[in-house]
Amino acid sequence: MAEARTHAIAESRWGGGIAPYAIGSKKFGMWLFIVSDALTFSALLVAYSYVRLASAQWPTPFPFSPAIVYATLMTFFLLSSSLTMVMAVSAAHRGEHRRAVGWLLGTMAGGTAFIALHLREWFHLIHEGLRPWQTPWAEWPNTPLFGGSFFGLTGLHMLHVAIGVVYLGVIAFGFGKRKFSSEDVEVSGLYWHFVDLVWMFIFPLIYLLSVRMA
Amino acid sequence: MSTTSTAGHAHAGSRLYVWVWGWLLAFTGVEVYLAYLHLPVQLMLVLLMGISVIKAGLIVAYFMHLRFERFSLFLTLIPALVFSICIILIFFFPDSLRLNELGPPLR
Repeated sequence: MAEARTHAIAESRWGGGIAPYAIGSKKFGMWLFIVSDALTFSALLVAYSYVRLASAQWPTPFPFSPAIVYATLMTFFLLSSSLTMVMAVSAAHRGEHRRAVGWLLGTMAGGTAFIALHLREWFHLIHEGLRPWQTPWAEWPNTPLFGGSFFGLTGLHMLHVAIGVVYLGVIAFGFGKRKFSSEDVEVSGLYWHFVDLVWMFIFPLIYLLSVRMA
Repeated sequence: MSTTSTAGHAHAGSRLYVWVWGWLLAFTGVEVYLAYLHLPVQLMLVLLMGISVIKAGLIVAYFMHLRFERFSLFLTLIPALVFSICIILIFFFPDSLRLNELGPPLR
């Protein structure tokens, strides 16, 4: 009797015996992390928008070339790396190990290109005199919050991309060695797409709303 | 469990992914174009954020595969997230405009 009851609990959808969402717990864990990280970035973007609206003026320093051209290229690299990532997940689920690792390496290359271009942009701005506590432009005096919000938001995002490249490297290595399953590849893909998604908001809010008009 | 997600992937072939990628690039192009039109800030913000939300939706639905998961997963993750973001916006934005509205016109 007691045994039958235990059995009934294990069979219940919410009893812990069956995955209620029909996904593995790793994948569900990553989804929960993504939701919390989405709120982190939302809060930062709202804080940025808040100080921008509450400021008497705000710099619009990004020229079409190189800043906007580079930022658009970075968007292209990130979106394309998401495409190679879904290809990697599909190949992994089909059991094509070599092909999946190849797509993962392609994804890492896209992420690395993004970071390289972004660092180039950072060094360019730092060379101009932009700091987290001051802006160098005479047209927009007393706008130190621009530097803080720019480096804070893009820096946290770049850190996510860098961690993602390392994460995908570990997954590619382990999947190639047959130590990781296709689910592990899929879970790393969720993270990667999320990093891509965040850039879809940072790009217009930071760059496109601060273009230097002729 | 893995059989479910494999079945899900069967729905979404490579062609669909390439199609979604193309749309995402097209939307990005539209955003860059919009940035150079002389539009009122509010309209620009609505347009850019509207397009960004569509792009985010495409990424979540197809690349992150949420469209092919159980609907209960969507219900668990997304509405609470959207609700929280809306609450943050409602709470903070009126206050961010206070400085401009209280003082003499700044722009």
